[in-house]
Amino acid sequence: MLKAENLSVRYGAVVAVRDLSLEIGRGELVALLGPNGAGKSSTINALTGLVTPVAGRIAFDGKDISRTRTEDRIRGGLTSTPEGRHIFANLTVGENLRLGAATRRDPKGVREDIDRFLALFPVLGERYTQAAGTLSGGEQQMLAISRSLMSRPKLLLLDEPSLGLAPRIVAQIFDFIGQLKKEGLTLLVVEQNAKQALRFADRVYVVSSGALRYDGPPAQLADEHGLLNLYLGG
Amino acid sequence: MDYALQQLLNALAFGAEYSLVALGLAVVFSIMGLVNFAHGEIIGVSAYSVFLAAALGLTSPIVAVLLAVAAAALAAVTFERVAFRPVRYAPTTTGLLTAFGVSIVVQNLFMLLISPKPQSVSILNGLNQMWFFGPFAVSSLQVMELVVSGLTILALVLFLNRSTLGLAIRAASRDFATVRLMGIRANRVIATAFAISGALAGIAAVFILARRGSVSPDLGFGLVLKAFVACVIGGFGSLAGAAAGGMLLGFIEVGLLVALPQEYGGFKDALTYVIIVALLVYRPEGLLGQRVELGDKEI
Repeated sequence: MLKAENLSVRYGAVVAVRDLSLEIGRGELVALLGPNGAGKSSTINALTGLVTPVAGRIAFDGKDISRTRTEDRIRGGLTSTPEGRHIFANLTVGENLRLGAATRRDPKGVREDIDRFLALFPVLGERYTQAAGTLSGGEQQMLAISRSLMSRPKLLLLDEPSLGLAPRIVAQIFDFIGQLKKEGLTLLVVEQNAKQALRFADRVYVVSSGALRYDGPPAQLADEHGLLNLYLGG
Repeated sequence: MDYALQQLLNALAFGAEYSLVALGLAVVFSIMGLVNFAHGEIIGVSAYSVFLAAALGLTSPIVAVLLAVAAAALAAVTFERVAFRPVRYAPTTTGLLTAFGVSIVVQNLFMLLISPKPQSVSILNGLNQMWFFGPFAVSSLQVMELVVSGLTILALVLFLNRSTLGLAIRAASRDFATVRLMGIRANRVIATAFAISGALAGIAAVFILARRGSVSPDLGFGLVLKAFVACVIGGFGSLAGAAAGGMLLGFIEVGLLVALPQEYGGFKDALTYVIIVALLVYRPEGLLGQRVELGDKEI
């Protein structure tokens, strides 16, 4: 479904991603693991087009989108939930969800989707007309993922959904991610929390210092304990 | 009583005009971080359009009002497309200098193509009459300024709270990249913000023309400085702050005119700024501004 070849991202003289290639098949949940500063977020931002890679090609759904604008990539069915959630704190919970559906022209379907997320996360319903900035971190993450799903994407890129959350909430978020996979959504999950990310992953990439270090099934990564320790620090 | 009422109306009318222009600055600043000092020239383009249309035989004041608003909105969108879009991702000082550049170029175009001297525009003079309510005589223009500004602000609030594009503008004021991740086109959000800002300037231009009855190349520049001050008082980037700051500025100015003895009237501006400085020492983020939060990683 998504194929990135030889991506390189630099910020001035600093190389964030070096010659990275990855592939995500339809219906797969792929985990992208690596320590802080490994280039994971830069990879995601290159895939959505928020940063322009200096080299490389990206194909999505069989089409080359390397030069497609972010807005049009989202309209094409690729979306991401950014690291740090980035909910619109000054807007209400409801307005956040409505903006997630900004590209859709079926008000009835939008309403149904909103109701579905409110049923899944009742706290979003309770706080529907309150500023989203008043939600707790975990609730904000639930809102952020729901907001991304409002556009009915084919592929969702999740950037560190566990960031700054209590272990119990992290488990809950990953339960939800597992459920999304079961419903047939294709996902790329970027994480530092390897244990959670590997629960549902079909395949794993490990990056460090901007380059790919491992590509294969999760079981093998868990076996090669040294590798896990080396790049994830335990 | 009559005098007090008249001064209150003065303050409200001045305040309403400052609010309109300040809101125009704030809408653009809130999403782009750009202080558009060429905003005054948008007022200028609007006023000169009415002047040219009248010279070509336009007589209907209603058409003139519509033309003023449309010309201003178009001018604002054109400035964005031609001058500000190429420097959108440049440092903020680049945008500021670009705005000054646009301002100077457009003012000089007015001088070269039309005239450096003020030109008479009488088509909107009919808006400026005296209305009599029993013992009170009030200026129709001031009443209209107040009512129209109020309705405009109400319409703006409804737009920003109800429409998807309005929500996107509010969201973009904090987090532009994430708005793009919703699939909302950045260019459209910015063009809309400029069009709104221009339309507000056009409404202000109508009132200026009706009051002064003439147009000159530097027509809007002084007003934009005042509006800038109103934004600073209210808290830069806050729309409610811009409206409140404009109103407060109107009240401070008229209040000082009333309070100061005739021979000290010249100190009005100086004292206005003293009051504002004192206010900012007490509240550096402005009346309704928010302290900048630092922490989250940029995406």
